[in-house]
Amino acid sequence: MAQYLLSVMEPTGGTPDPDLLRQVVQDVEALDRTMHDEGVWVFAGGLHSPSTATVLRAQDGQVVVTDGPFAEGKEHLGGFSVIDVDDLDAALEWGRRLAVATTLPIEVRPFRS
Amino acid sequence: MTAHGAPDGPGGGPTDAERQVAAVFRAEHGRAVAILTRQLGDLGVAEEAVQEAFVVALRRWPTDGVPPSPAGWILTTARHRAIDHLRRESSRADRHAQAALLHARDEPPEVGPVQDDRLRLVFTCCHPALAVPAQVALTLRLLGGLTTAEIAHAFLVPEPTMAQRIVRAKAKIRDARIPYRVPRDEDLPDRLTGVLAVVYLVFTTGHTAVAGDSLVREDLCAEAIRLGRLLVELMPDEPEALGLLALMLLVDSRRATRVGPDGLVLLADQDRSRWDTAEIAEGQALVRRCLRRGRPGPYQVQAAIQAVHADAPTAAATDWRQVVALYDQLLVLAPSPVVSLNRAVAVAEVDGPAAGLALVDDLPLTRFHVFHAVRADLLRRLGRSAEAADEYAAAIAATDNAAERAHLTRTRDTLPPPTPAAGAESVSSG
Repeated sequence: MAQYLLSVMEPTGGTPDPDLLRQVVQDVEALDRTMHDEGVWVFAGGLHSPSTATVLRAQDGQVVVTDGPFAEGKEHLGGFSVIDVDDLDAALEWGRRLAVATTLPIEVRPFRS
Repeated sequence: MTAHGAPDGPGGGPTDAERQVAAVFRAEHGRAVAILTRQLGDLGVAEEAVQEAFVVALRRWPTDGVPPSPAGWILTTARHRAIDHLRRESSRADRHAQAALLHARDEPPEVGPVQDDRLRLVFTCCHPALAVPAQVALTLRLLGGLTTAEIAHAFLVPEPTMAQRIVRAKAKIRDARIPYRVPRDEDLPDRLTGVLAVVYLVFTTGHTAVAGDSLVREDLCAEAIRLGRLLVELMPDEPEALGLLALMLLVDSRRATRVGPDGLVLLADQDRSRWDTAEIAEGQALVRRCLRRGRPGPYQVQAAIQAVHADAPTAAATDWRQVVALYDQLLVLAPSPVVSLNRAVAVAEVDGPAAGLALVDDLPLTRFHVFHAVRADLLRRLGRSAEAADEYAAAIAATDNAAERAHLTRTRDTLPPPTPAAGAESVSSG
């Protein structure tokens, strides 16, 4: 078994249509339950917007605190699931289902074992 | 294997043995890597071990003679190398692999799951999680047994670039755990399409080198046909694999006549007596085999179109109605502007150049040199020389291939001069 990070790539700015959002939340929750039921779920969560982020940098023996995300971009990490499956094909299958549920691009990346 | 004897006779010696090692390398590399990968569960270690076995062969065969079963010798030697490698590394996981390998030693080679192993390797090399250039490179390297230098040369990239591409792809296979298996039935059609596309890309790269002076890089065409044969051997029930092989054979049969001293020679002007009759016969037999299956696909229909051309003793005798009908079918199976362009060329043969031109005008292909070349030819046949000359110029500007440029330039230069007063206005009188 191997663990994979499924990252939900969310567009920055703008708010989605409330109806669409309701549907997405419902579909993602259903998928999350399926992941539990099939024993592949390790961890999952949705994140607040990048504007709520704080960055820490170790510099010259001190740690500097700055407001805002590490990098501004057209997309940001909106949420993620960590799953434990046999191989990339299985991870891609869950990723596919997450892409359909979120209507957003999903990046699948293996953890170092 | 074709030759089993030790190269100690007159005229033999090291060179023969070296040639034989190279031949065995090409023929057996894919099989050896495939079997070892299954036994080891690690493609990288398997490939390295096979590589080392061939290095040993190069050292030993010239003096000891070529072993009775070169393929078996390579596999056994590679397996020993892999065990040595794992002993050196010697982590717990590797000890498990070691045990598997030692156990595997008694497995008779070249029977049972051997074909499945190569099929697994095909689908691993052509996994959609790898970029297409990486799929092509891995397929040629691991399955085809080409060296990195050969692949780099064929694709006109520096050798370090190609080496890095292959290393990165193998690292992704290992780290992301791209599985080593044939896809499930429900995924097979999609995945097979990807595999066939990789082999066809190798062929078309060889057939029309986009840049450089050689119109045909024959080694890539031959390699693609070899891979096509392997796919047919491994998946005899897949009509599209048959169709791809047929298509490549039929197109390749015209290779000798495609380029003349003055550049590209069009199908209509080729010396048909010099077409490769063996390749045509094999390709046509494959097309008939496809037809019997009754499961048409894009490669089969393209092969059928090429078979119609191969059937015609002269260009004038071509059954263009049949070609148009096949393009109609292809447009349903795999619609694309390029297919529409080719169909228009066939329509022009049946209904005249004006009908062809009307179909070509709106196609979104202005950056494709063939689009301009087709328009130029149709305009020329309509007597619209000035417009034809402009289209030839656009076609020449859009291709880097020297043979194609030479052909286009030559044709443009033989256009009848446009009427100075009327120019483009003389259209209707043409």
